Amino acid sequence: MILWQMIRFAFAGLAANKVRSALTMLGVLIGVASVILLLAVGNGSSVAVKNSITALGTNSLTVTSGSAGGARTASTVKKLTVDDARALADPSAAPDIKSVAPVVTASATADYGNISYTPGSVIGTYPAYFETANEKIAHGDYFSSDDVLNSSKVAVIGSTTAQQLFDTEDPVGKKISLGGTPFTVVGVLATKGGATGFNDPDDVVIAPLPTVQNAFTGFSSVNQILVQATSADTTTQAQSEITQILMGTHSLTDPTKLDFRVSNQSQLLSARESTSQTFTVLLGAVAAISLLVGGIGITNIMLVTVTERTREIGIRKALGAPKAVILGQFLAESTLLSVIGAGLGVAVGMAGSHFSVVGIKPVVIPSSVLGAFAIAVAIGLFFGSYPANRAASLRPIDALRHE
Amino acid sequence: MNHRRARKSRAVEEQRQGPPPPVIQVRGLTKSYGHGDATVHALRGPADPVTGEPMGVTLDIEQGDFVAVMGSSGSGKSTLMNILGCLDVPTGGRYLLDGVDVGHLDEQQLSLVRNRKIGFIFQSFNLVPRTTALAQVELPLAYAGVRAAERRRRAEAALTLVGLDKRMDHKPNELSGGQQQRVAVARALVTAPAMLLADEPTGNLDTRSTEEVLSIIDGLNATGRTVVLITHEDEVAAHAKRVLRLVDGQVISDVRQGAVAGPPPLLADTLATTRRVPLVGGPR
Repeated sequence: MILWQMIRFAFAGLAANKVRSALTMLGVLIGVASVILLLAVGNGSSVAVKNSITALGTNSLTVTSGSAGGARTASTVKKLTVDDARALADPSAAPDIKSVAPVVTASATADYGNISYTPGSVIGTYPAYFETANEKIAHGDYFSSDDVLNSSKVAVIGSTTAQQLFDTEDPVGKKISLGGTPFTVVGVLATKGGATGFNDPDDVVIAPLPTVQNAFTGFSSVNQILVQATSADTTTQAQSEITQILMGTHSLTDPTKLDFRVSNQSQLLSARESTSQTFTVLLGAVAAISLLVGGIGITNIMLVTVTERTREIGIRKALGAPKAVILGQFLAESTLLSVIGAGLGVAVGMAGSHFSVVGIKPVVIPSSVLGAFAIAVAIGLFFGSYPANRAASLRPIDALRHE
Repeated sequence: MNHRRARKSRAVEEQRQGPPPPVIQVRGLTKSYGHGDATVHALRGPADPVTGEPMGVTLDIEQGDFVAVMGSSGSGKSTLMNILGCLDVPTGGRYLLDGVDVGHLDEQQLSLVRNRKIGFIFQSFNLVPRTTALAQVELPLAYAGVRAAERRRRAEAALTLVGLDKRMDHKPNELSGGQQQRVAVARALVTAPAMLLADEPTGNLDTRSTEEVLSIIDGLNATGRTVVLITHEDEVAAHAKRVLRLVDGQVISDVRQGAVAGPPPLLADTLATTRRVPLVGGPR
């Protein structure tokens, strides 16, 4: 009963100074909304990094040709070959390597009927590539090892390519002409998404390695070798095994003068992830400061309110209001300010997180919403307690004499 | 808190044994402000014949009495009123309200005493802004912990008593001065206090409203409520049964105008001449 009375008084008190109350709430609103939104932006960027790690395959290693620094002359650089890939696939020499897929890339125009389209890349590889590169079939099937052995003219196409060439038609079983060579489409890849700029991972045509070599690149070398380690934990061992084996096949003795590079994408990306976490913490700190400023705004306005209503406090005390009731009334008012402000802040933060901020799609952290709200309410209580206590401690005679 | 209240009221009961004590017993009450040479004695009473120190004001007010305290500004009458109303604490002396020595009470207990035993009526009405007359009158009951339905019933009865049953939903800024003061009177009497303390209740009112408010106070006293009224107008003091005059913090005259039992003098005259009962007041 008394509680209900207090809340009613608090509402009446806030309504008496609408503009002032609204501005104070705005302070809390901005604080809460910025905590939610900025943490969501930080979280969004680390989620994006995590997604690209998963998209790559967490235990994949890429071997590319070229020196990792040091002297580099054309004569010393030996290109990667299918033989290198075969050497890596030896389980006795490289126990931590699960599968190996040599990759050649080409560029060709695809024709279907009267539609002509140039996909982002034409890739020739082994079936192991699909698992290593985390490419999944949405419709149809992968090509098989037999297709590789027989140099079958079959292809798996990305979702973007499928859309461009076939629109709504079912591509599986259809024949496309790729640079003049006819290929039968056997499968369509699931959309990976995450297109960054001009590099769309769904705009590909993947065919058996010998078929692509035969039609486009020739048999001399491959562009890269995609290696899958047995697990994410063994990527480091796998990396050193690759280096050992390829030093052998390339007849190199000095590990500082390699003509190939083994890159471990997931390591790179986890470094980026920790960077984005630092970024999140920084953003959160800035937002927390604005929440604190909002809290100080509450103290400020409640002090003004107490001064303004000193006489009213005196009247209430003369009528026998106990200290606790006066304290409760002003605390209720400041808490109400923060609760409404925080509630609106949550709404604004949630609404704001639907827009992407500087290219990052914010991902709201549920605990940050709850936390920001709780902290805002606690701030209302904490920052309201000083003015409320001041009001409750006024001597009735002084309060009544106040003009 | 309820436990505390229960304990408190039991203590009050215990002190009440024997014949009913005067509502107010003031013994050697002094109040001074400032220190050393700058000390101002707002309440001093007669000076001690030997030392010259102020001995303080000593005063008894019987239950059912209607006392007017008169004096010019600075005579100490407001200081006396604030101490009697437990709004201020005396510098020295003892003050027993309804048999309880309020000097020993802490803040929590004082607020309880103000709530239960004293009804205030101020010169400047002192209504809570933005609050309807009904809520205004319910306020002291709410602080006393009375349930909502009971609160409303008693507040309505009190407002009806002061003739404002048609104005219950009006806020202070929608009421005339006389009406505001009548709301204040209703608020003061709704808790059935031991004493009504009125500090120049008609100071801000026109003649007609003054008569209205005073006749309500007369009626309340006629039904047995103790009234202490502070004024500097003789017309207002004429309503009282007993008139105290304060000069420089001491009582210089104490005149009785009517018996403690029975209606206040002016109301008695009206009754005698018109034989009509102006029905204000009612059982406690």
